[in-house]
Amino acid sequence: MQASENSPQETHGHFAVKDCALIAIATGKRAHSLKELRDHLVTINEDSIYYHFWGGLIQPRFEEREFNNDFASWTRHGLHDGTLAEKLAVVDPTEFTDPNTLRNELIELVEERLEEREFLRWMPAAKPFEFIRSQIVVFDTHSRAANPRELCALLPHVSTTSIFYHFIDARQRFPEGVDDFRFWLSGFGHEFDDLALRLAEVDPYFAPMTELRRNLINVFQEYFEESAS
Amino acid sequence: MSGMLEAYAKVSGEEVIDHLRQLSEPLAGMTIVHVNSTRVGGGVAEILDKLVPLSNELGIDTRWEVITGNMEFYQCTKSMHNALQGNPLRIPDHLYKAYEETNVANAERLRGVLEEADVVFIHDPQPAPLLGLCPNRKGKWVWRCHIDVSHPDRLVWKYLRQYLIAYDASVFSLPAFAQPLPNLEYIIPPSIDPLSVKNIALDADELHEVAERFNLDTSRPIVAQISRYDRFKDPVGVIRAYRLAKKFMPQLQLVLAGGGASDDPEGEMVLEEVHSAAEEDDDIHVLLLPADAHRTINALQRIADIIIQKSTREGFGLTVTEGMWKGKPVIGGDTGGIRLQVIDHHTGFLVNTPEGAALRMRYLFRQPEKMHEMGAKAREFVTDNFLLTRQLREYLTLSVGLLHGAANRIVIG
Repeated sequence: MQASENSPQETHGHFAVKDCALIAIATGKRAHSLKELRDHLVTINEDSIYYHFWGGLIQPRFEEREFNNDFASWTRHGLHDGTLAEKLAVVDPTEFTDPNTLRNELIELVEERLEEREFLRWMPAAKPFEFIRSQIVVFDTHSRAANPRELCALLPHVSTTSIFYHFIDARQRFPEGVDDFRFWLSGFGHEFDDLALRLAEVDPYFAPMTELRRNLINVFQEYFEESAS
Repeated sequence: MSGMLEAYAKVSGEEVIDHLRQLSEPLAGMTIVHVNSTRVGGGVAEILDKLVPLSNELGIDTRWEVITGNMEFYQCTKSMHNALQGNPLRIPDHLYKAYEETNVANAERLRGVLEEADVVFIHDPQPAPLLGLCPNRKGKWVWRCHIDVSHPDRLVWKYLRQYLIAYDASVFSLPAFAQPLPNLEYIIPPSIDPLSVKNIALDADELHEVAERFNLDTSRPIVAQISRYDRFKDPVGVIRAYRLAKKFMPQLQLVLAGGGASDDPEGEMVLEEVHSAAEEDDDIHVLLLPADAHRTINALQRIADIIIQKSTREGFGLTVTEGMWKGKPVIGGDTGGIRLQVIDHHTGFLVNTPEGAALRMRYLFRQPEKMHEMGAKAREFVTDNFLLTRQLREYLTLSVGLLHGAANRIVIG
């Protein structure tokens, strides 16, 4: 029953629309100060780091995210340290192909700040940082697109969790850090390079998933409308 | 599409139901059993009442078994419940004995069903020992904790823990509620049922009738707190907030409505304090409602302009979810699960004091457009995150996950 996960590109170049469900799991690790956050970052499972960068996008939350990851958000609202929050917020996880390099980047930024402001070593946070990890179940919707135009027609009917899987989760599945759509388009040679470029410009971090889906639909529709004219 | 799924599709959206159907495919033909200690009354029974038939409509053979016990058993489990939520108390040995004997007797009756099931959900502490009494179990067993055990009485937790360590997984409502256990600890917030009597849409005539019954003037501003009379819900603090706001809004009315105080000595004491604090103010309506007054509560939440839940300590706070579902902004205490639901300046306001609550009342009533905008956002937020269909999705995800060896990433088909 359990299949290996691969690219959405099947034989004959069809795009297989998949969907996913994500569930949160407590790790039992909590940080009550910046020093404790640093200590846990050293040992925490890499799935937890994934969750705190990406998982929040399909967990209960409201509208736009102020920061692109939970570490920055907690630093701002739990520790009231805007400086570190801003530094953590610019960390782009897709730039780090190895999860441990991403972990080291976070540790580096936190340690740098601990050296700058010694009181942050013992200052208690307003609320603890709860390290969560996640379990993701991926399943096939049996929906297929033979070419990008068919995919364009399918997108309005694709769930937001499916968008999460193909546009966000994909970035840490492929070493290139690209989404499934761009990966699939690259199989058509250079024919859809312009479409891929437009997709690369869609920022996945801040918009709610419904808005992200709308943005992707617009990119596809505008591309094909312009191609037809 | 079958009846119940169709009804939920109208509320949650077709997409949500399609998602559930696809997620349930790998569970087709399997048996899931839920076990709790009551068929009616209480949040767990309310949810199972809908979750079980919905799961069956999705093609999963899902059963709901209820354990039964004598008075001593319920005395024990009520004490356990209080102790696990942080009220230290000694439970006499004879009550523990009743707890164990009741589980042995129920295991005799249920063993066949439970040992054959693919997934068993044991809800709360009452049936927790059943796992150890089903030695030939073939499926995965999950302990679902619906209460806040973040600061339990250590002795009672130690006693209960012996029954929990063999479970394959446990489920808590919030990360902060989780206690260390040697199994997977899933986080699944609770949910409300949009089709229950407590949450269905009511017509204007019915709202008018309820307002008249309780002498509420719907042409004037109304705030309401629907809650048990419990110190942690701070009803006296709500009255103080109302008085502070009333100086600026003389037309303001306050509804405090709750039930179940008659069999709870502390509840009666708190209710007396509330009456005393309310003095003879005709605009403060202190209502003691029967436990099954769901429709009346629904109407009161809809009649109110703002829902207040000024708890100083709270589990998840489903009355907050219910108020938001009715399109009302919520002024909530900055604690527990209220923080997950009330998003400051978006779905309402988080407050720490009566003064803070009064300030937010004045702010909202002075800006009716803002109040309606926040109410609409609140309803949307509940639709996306806190309806029964989301909880079912997470139970299905958890079941698929456990049956596939609890790997972090499971790919099906």
